[in-house]
Amino acid sequence: MSILVKPETKFLVQGITGGFGGRHAQLSLDYGSQLVAGVTPGKGGQMFADTVPVFDSVAEAMAETGATASAIFVPPPFAADAILEGAAAGLDLVVCITEGIPVRDMISVKDALKDSSTILLGPNCPGVVTPGDGKDSSGGCRIGIAPGYIHKKGNIGVVSRSGTLTYEAVWQLTSRGVGQSTCVGIGGDPVPGMTHLDVLKLFNDDPETTGIIMIGEIGGTAEEEAAAWAKTHCTKPIAGFIAGATAPPGRRMGHAGAIVSGGKGTAEAKQDAFREAGIGVAETPSEMADTLLKMM
Amino acid sequence: MERHGVKVPAGEPATNFDEAKAAIAKLFDGGNARVVVKSQIHAGGRGKGTFKDGFQGGVHLADSVEDATAKAEAMLGNVLVTKQTGEAGKQVNRLLITSAEEIKSEFYVAVLLDRALGKPIVMASAEGGMDIEEVAEKSPEKIIKEVIDPALGLQPHQGRKVAIALGLRGRLIGQTARLLQALYKTWHECDGSMLEINPLALIVNEDGTEAVVALDAKMSIDDNSLFRHPDIVAMRDISEEDPLEVEAAGHDLNYIKLDGNIACLVNGAGLAMATMDAIKHYGGDPANFLDVGGGATKAQVKAAFEIIVGDPNVQAILVNIFGGIMNCNTIAEGIVAAVKETHLTLPLVVRLEGNNVDAGRATLAASGLTLITADSLAEGAKKSVAAVK
Repeated sequence: MSILVKPETKFLVQGITGGFGGRHAQLSLDYGSQLVAGVTPGKGGQMFADTVPVFDSVAEAMAETGATASAIFVPPPFAADAILEGAAAGLDLVVCITEGIPVRDMISVKDALKDSSTILLGPNCPGVVTPGDGKDSSGGCRIGIAPGYIHKKGNIGVVSRSGTLTYEAVWQLTSRGVGQSTCVGIGGDPVPGMTHLDVLKLFNDDPETTGIIMIGEIGGTAEEEAAAWAKTHCTKPIAGFIAGATAPPGRRMGHAGAIVSGGKGTAEAKQDAFREAGIGVAETPSEMADTLLKMM
Repeated sequence: MERHGVKVPAGEPATNFDEAKAAIAKLFDGGNARVVVKSQIHAGGRGKGTFKDGFQGGVHLADSVEDATAKAEAMLGNVLVTKQTGEAGKQVNRLLITSAEEIKSEFYVAVLLDRALGKPIVMASAEGGMDIEEVAEKSPEKIIKEVIDPALGLQPHQGRKVAIALGLRGRLIGQTARLLQALYKTWHECDGSMLEINPLALIVNEDGTEAVVALDAKMSIDDNSLFRHPDIVAMRDISEEDPLEVEAAGHDLNYIKLDGNIACLVNGAGLAMATMDAIKHYGGDPANFLDVGGGATKAQVKAAFEIIVGDPNVQAILVNIFGGIMNCNTIAEGIVAAVKETHLTLPLVVRLEGNNVDAGRATLAASGLTLITADSLAEGAKKSVAAVK
């Protein structure tokens, strides 16, 4: 088992004919994932990499190929519309990789999706990987931009707002011979789809996940909310790390959502919330895997 | 704000002495008995600030043309130090000269995003003119919050509710509600991150009637939205920004200057923050945040090194790259070229991990450069701290 996606999950890429989308679509194919369609309005009928048909709309692509998930690589001005198209077509999961979507657009998208059955992951996220059992974890489901080969099939769930910190955690686990059930990047924007809490609940319900690494950063209170829930509900050991303890207040640290404003969203408050909930706090990012493994 | 229907005092900006004199003359000719001369810098605490030459206060009342002119002259071009500017202060390149109102009471209002809800809110407090963070900390019950439905916008009844909670009565209730709706419209249409009015003032007009006016405002705009706001982009004042940060942005690098002496160059925002934290954890002080992104080119790596060494405080550099998709060898070659071309003499600690890392490490070893290598982020941070001791 895994969460959100399985190795056999069929997915499509919105924006497959762009440079960035095409490059990562190819890497997903190389990893052995079930990338079955591309969508670029006006380019329907073309083929991607000789094997993947391109459609004009998500609805058409779903009807023809049975895709149930999507990765969005379209540029920021059009990304909100791409998310809404995916939801309107009835996808189970939309993973928005695009960085730089205006917050106002995401406020509208979140509001529009409140009664939708479509789950949104991201935006500004590395995506989701459920490792496979082939060489270097190939044969798994890789939706997004994470390097596939660093993974290993196993039982640890990873959830994070940061791409490269996710890779650090995954690599630390894999280097110690410990595999992952699913690795989820929820993204660095202030108005995201899935939150730490949403992902934590899925990991808690997944029989194959036996431990969780939760990586957060400054800004907002999503980590605190997840920790408060975990304290009374989560039955599995969790270790975490919070980035940004040295960030100056009022400055955005790369990610649009990584900002301490009005005294809210500090690393210290998040670390305290983790400790209060019995979540192991890694002192440095080099100790994320070891902190969890000591608890297990 | 005026364009969106927010009532603001009459006035004009001035970027030189002649413009200031003209604005002053216009206000006094228009029948104003007093004017306010305000320094316009990107920092708060102006009223209580001090200029470098000893002149007190960045905001002044003046009751004659001569008085206003003298004060404008004292402020323009002078460097103002406030609690938010740091010791270096900020040069005042722009003044705002407005009519002076007879203020009866002051309020605080703001429109901002509530991240936990993913919705905009109006936040208000009757403790106007005060530091809102202090009010929120000491007496949170005095903060009024109204959540806005993104599909509907701020509704009149919500505006009236806030006005009544602020203690306003009579026709001021409707007037304040309209002002709050106009504020929300400004925030929404301009893609604001934060629009803060402090103070929103209850003033007494010459005819004795009362009105609610936005006397001072701070607004920040969502960077991601700038592609659809060329008019706002045109208002950018680069003199208010750090020159190294401006240069970095020109190379698509995410750089924020800090006060320490260990520079870092990292891929990914989260890892860049974590690298700074690790330096601090082992007793050092980071000189910057620098995220070169997921697909950094050789030219970007070189530009990054140039920006780093442009900070005179820097005494050592820590490069921390987790090459996921990026090829570590490409990065290693970029580092070697950049170090040679910039004639770098500072201690350089490099931690490379990920895709094709063995080739990358071999490239660094064969470069003839005196590099300090590290196998983990923790080791890299420790070694960079040792290098400046």
